Amino acid sequence: MEWLKKHQFLILRRLTQISMIVLYFGSHAWGWKVLEGNLGSSLVMGTIPLADPFAVVQMSAAGALLGLDVLIGAAIITLFYAIVGGRAFCSWVCPINMVSDAANGLRRVLRINEVERRVVISRHLRYWVLVLSIALSAIFGVAAFEFISPIGMLNRGLIFGIGFGGAVVAGVFLLDLFGVKNGFCGHLCPLGGLYSLIGRFSVIRVKHNQEKCTLCMKCTAICPEKPVLHMIGKRSEFVAMGECTNCARCIEVCDDDALNFDIRLFKQQNKE
Amino acid sequence: MATEKQPPMSERRRFLLQALQGIGLATLGALTWSAYIDEASAASMVLRPPGALSEEDFLAHCIRCGLCVEVCPYDTLRLARAGDNIPIGTPYFIAREIPCYMCKDIPCVPPCPTGALEESLVMKMAKDGHKVFDIGMAKMGIAVIDSDQCVAFWGVQCDACYRACPLINEAIVIDHSRNDRTGKHALLVPRVIGDVCTGCGMCEKACITEKASIFVLPLSVAKGKAGSNYIKGWDEKDEKRLETQKGGGETTTTPTSSQKPVDYLNDEEF
Repeated sequence: MEWLKKHQFLILRRLTQISMIVLYFGSHAWGWKVLEGNLGSSLVMGTIPLADPFAVVQMSAAGALLGLDVLIGAAIITLFYAIVGGRAFCSWVCPINMVSDAANGLRRVLRINEVERRVVISRHLRYWVLVLSIALSAIFGVAAFEFISPIGMLNRGLIFGIGFGGAVVAGVFLLDLFGVKNGFCGHLCPLGGLYSLIGRFSVIRVKHNQEKCTLCMKCTAICPEKPVLHMIGKRSEFVAMGECTNCARCIEVCDDDALNFDIRLFKQQNKE
Repeated sequence: MATEKQPPMSERRRFLLQALQGIGLATLGALTWSAYIDEASAASMVLRPPGALSEEDFLAHCIRCGLCVEVCPYDTLRLARAGDNIPIGTPYFIAREIPCYMCKDIPCVPPCPTGALEESLVMKMAKDGHKVFDIGMAKMGIAVIDSDQCVAFWGVQCDACYRACPLINEAIVIDHSRNDRTGKHALLVPRVIGDVCTGCGMCEKACITEKASIFVLPLSVAKGKAGSNYIKGWDEKDEKRLETQKGGGETTTTPTSSQKPVDYLNDEEF
């Protein structure tokens, strides 16, 4: 029971990630109508369109005049993460999260963190990749990141068959395991970058209670976006940086109840 | 003599160098990425679903969601995987394996959320004024015959492609001629009518030779282009183009251009 409580959000995240794949697969293989398509663009219950806002931005930069369905779908997704979820896509939906979490877990088991030769990549690199994606889309007239996206390859791969896309996914795993900790999701991925920007002002946030904190620092050890926890042990406040993926691992590892989900409304934020 | 000691680096120099390093590495990444995109989006030997925009526009519009693939009742359409040498995630089909069976209601086109598959390209006005799907308007490709390997050209009586064609006697016709090779028999050979062929690939699927001797190629690969400088004579519609044709550009002057051309056929002296 204790174990369950300590992993409740992790289990929920795996459930959402896997059930989405199952629903997509079911729609392809058996004609289920719950969730059709894939993470690029979907149809919920045969009526509500959803679409990847980053793909839409790239395609528009490429000069495509897109259909209404995909624009509405991208707007729904953008509004949801902007208002509610923050960067939750990355830890609750994206299938690559399971790959990078696996690499991270293995890193801890093998204690690779302790022997690592420091490879320094800026976490801002993803925003440069984001800008570059849009620029290259405009130059070549095709959505540039969609040609190399391991997210798309894994997502489609699990639904339609993966081919050599497996090599790219393995590349992400090896980069995260032996190269840079959280190398792909925390440094390179422009989709994560875009969701960091979109979700900056969302309502659901992790909140730190400094009075309860015993400075054990388990949270910063587990956090895939360590800089967002800069306030630990210093100030009681919301984890406000857009890079936080709301994965809730910090909440789970905290034995002192010093971290919890909370609702951030702007009135409250100003008071603190 | 001791080596000259470098003066400590100024803040400004450090900043400029770091900026330069960033720009340099970004350029390296951008060039590699560009090369890959250029290479990957160049593969044009691919058959797209009905109603697809031209390959270039199609690639810009397709969001790779696979909704067209999911509704295809014959599993004709598939999504390109890495290593298929087709722009990754885009829908295509291999006619020899599963051709397009030309559904009358074209289920693969309406689900497209982006307009990469465009309904108006496969719709016509019905008699009652409503727009209806017409799969016959699809231009997925065009069938091409290898007359060296097609056994009908050897004199074997095979009309598998002609029979398989959903537009029998319209998109593929059979030409009848004398078999000069044997001097005794008839030749009954297939011929594709380019304007009618939709590129569905049922002929390619039906072809009896080891490797299909009639096969579908994308229009951009199979079609030539006469250009605007040739007019089809004795064709009123085409001759009309002369009226709208802009001047031919350059006039070449040679030593003989000042002389009148000799119209020897109409000259009385002839």
